[in-house]
Amino acid sequence: MTTTTAKPANVPEQKGPDGGPLLEVRDLHVEFHTRDGVAKAVNGVNYSVGAGETLAVLGESGSGKSVTAQAIMGILDMPPARIPKGEILFRGQDMLKMSGEERRKIRGAKIAMIFQDALSSLNPVLSVGYQLGEMFRIHQGLSKKDAKAKAIELMDRVRIPAARERVGDYPHQFSGGMRQRIMIAMALALEPDLIIADEPTTALDVTVQAQVMDLLAELQREFNMGLILITHDLGVVADVADKIAVMYAGRIVETAPVHELYKRPAHPYTRGLLDSIPRLDQKGQELYAIKGLPPNLLNIPAGCAFSPRCPKAQDICRTEIPALHDVAERDGAAMPGRRSACHFWKETIHG
Amino acid sequence: MAETGKQDEALSDVVASDASTTAEVEAVLDAPVERGEPILQVRNLVKHFPLTQGILFKKQVGAVKAVDGVSFDLYQGETLGIVGESGCGKSTVAKLLMTLETATSGEVFYKGQDITKLSGRALKAVRRNIQMVFQDPYTSLNPRMTVGDIIGEPFEIHPEVAPKGDRRKRVQELLDVVGLNPEYINRYPHQFSGGQRQRIGIARGLALNPEIIICDEPVSALDVSVQAQVVNLMEKLQDEFNLSYLFIAHDLSIVRHISDRVGVMYLGKMAEIGTDVEIYDHPTHPYTQALLSAVPVPDPDAREGRERIILTGDVPSPANPPSGCRFRTRCWKAQDKCAEEIPLLAVPEVFAGRKTPAAHESACHFAEEKQVVGAA
Repeated sequence: MTTTTAKPANVPEQKGPDGGPLLEVRDLHVEFHTRDGVAKAVNGVNYSVGAGETLAVLGESGSGKSVTAQAIMGILDMPPARIPKGEILFRGQDMLKMSGEERRKIRGAKIAMIFQDALSSLNPVLSVGYQLGEMFRIHQGLSKKDAKAKAIELMDRVRIPAARERVGDYPHQFSGGMRQRIMIAMALALEPDLIIADEPTTALDVTVQAQVMDLLAELQREFNMGLILITHDLGVVADVADKIAVMYAGRIVETAPVHELYKRPAHPYTRGLLDSIPRLDQKGQELYAIKGLPPNLLNIPAGCAFSPRCPKAQDICRTEIPALHDVAERDGAAMPGRRSACHFWKETIHG
Repeated sequence: MAETGKQDEALSDVVASDASTTAEVEAVLDAPVERGEPILQVRNLVKHFPLTQGILFKKQVGAVKAVDGVSFDLYQGETLGIVGESGCGKSTVAKLLMTLETATSGEVFYKGQDITKLSGRALKAVRRNIQMVFQDPYTSLNPRMTVGDIIGEPFEIHPEVAPKGDRRKRVQELLDVVGLNPEYINRYPHQFSGGQRQRIGIARGLALNPEIIICDEPVSALDVSVQAQVVNLMEKLQDEFNLSYLFIAHDLSIVRHISDRVGVMYLGKMAEIGTDVEIYDHPTHPYTQALLSAVPVPDPDAREGRERIILTGDVPSPANPPSGCRFRTRCWKAQDKCAEEIPLLAVPEVFAGRKTPAAHESACHFAEEKQVVGAA
């Protein structure tokens, strides 16, 4: 065995940890073969995350945000899922071309995931200490005793009170917020470079949600990790994200730095979403509602998938799929990081 | 006035009806209530779920105090929002009002009739007027029944509302009212999306022309873009049918949007109650302040000037609540007095008699106003 820097020969370009982004998803497609036909869950997603950066992926259910994350982790059930096209580059290496063995070394150790529902993600018949220690026993070959010590250390780090006494407790003995902390501890165990958090606070109460998000942000700073935060909550995103990618029907429809997106959305869907949430600090009259329903993935509308629900749709929207255009200021000055998949992005952003 | 002569202090403001026979009760229940008059008055409602030990000889070892002395009024035509964390007893209140659970003690007056003591025909008449919309539209509709059967089922129990021949037509009208195609009457729930299913749930709630609809987290299972459609529909129906809503939710932004008045619950007790401006812009109870400050505002510029109060720890177990004020274990203002004395839900002395929005009922010994939401 040579040193860990040895990489497979067929990798076209090598990107160091500082050179390129930590993770880059290029033109990813995922489809599910079902009895009713082929459901196209992800249709050409591109995004990247650097070290220490937080990317929020925003979308409704069925927009493909979780499927993209599962494809990155390599935990999609294949079949029925298939990845016909695309690349997922982790530090410049395409993970989709790796062997199962190589991927297993990355999963957990380099890229870890936090799931939404902690109660169903933890094994109810094993103590949390055992489940936390599993990471060390499998990946680092520690003994049971050492692994337990490490588990206590981790529980302390995510601020679970009386960690030493509670290490032998079972998941049902913890409250929702504490269980989510255990999920975070498990993801952090091997100090990964990237954490994917799939709706980490959706099942929690607001007061606990604030605690958990604070903890996550603090740990991210401490370890300089990349974070992909998958959510449908525009409020949570505003609090923690650096940049946002909005997904609709398996495509990214808009990307922007967090402040820009809320100030001036460049896609009618984003604008509709922002207008349709009630605000705590103001009492409105009637809420704006996006008409219609999210599209059926078995039968995505031709052209722009949002066109049947879009107030600005024209003929071109129903025939031509809009590319993800670079968005520019009125005078043509570039707006870094801003892109919009709308034929009429100019009108949307500049009024 | 009072039916049994038992008239303690808490009941003094309730106009109890003196109907004693079933027919009289029914007549009282059919009488209309003026807009702005209380239609439902809850006084000292308590629900304790016993904790038992032993297999053969069960003995009670304690009780989960899910609801422990809650009082509020619901006025005709208004929306009263109830917010609180999970486990604070808000759903139990809903079940008690529906008489799906029997209250341990306390009274619920509907048009002056204590519904916790009714039974038989009179109870059935009350239930006709108080209907419920449930949280999860995926599990609250029977998958083996068609939409027509689901919405028409209330008519089987209350045949006086729609005669047999009219039912199908009535169901189609209801579908139209909630914005669904009346031709969908023969479809099954799985053929609808989440938002459409919730509309079916609302149509079922409307079927008997109720006066009160209790909504237990009606939009929390829906996507953001669909949530707004359902909330707008509910507001439209309220105007059209002159309904009173009790709107239970954990999403404070939605509650502010839809409610005229808001009650904040913590661990089985009402912590603070008032109009939406009083609660959101002038909260005086520390728990309300913490709850509001924890809500993420979807505007990165607004959050920077905001002070956030992050509570430590979790909600204590309702089987063994703290003595005195129940919030004291997580409160930053807690003093010795809080452990000894249970604060009453009343206008705090500091604000009493003053004409400020802060002068509303708040159960805290050290109530003070604090802006947490930011400029409106």
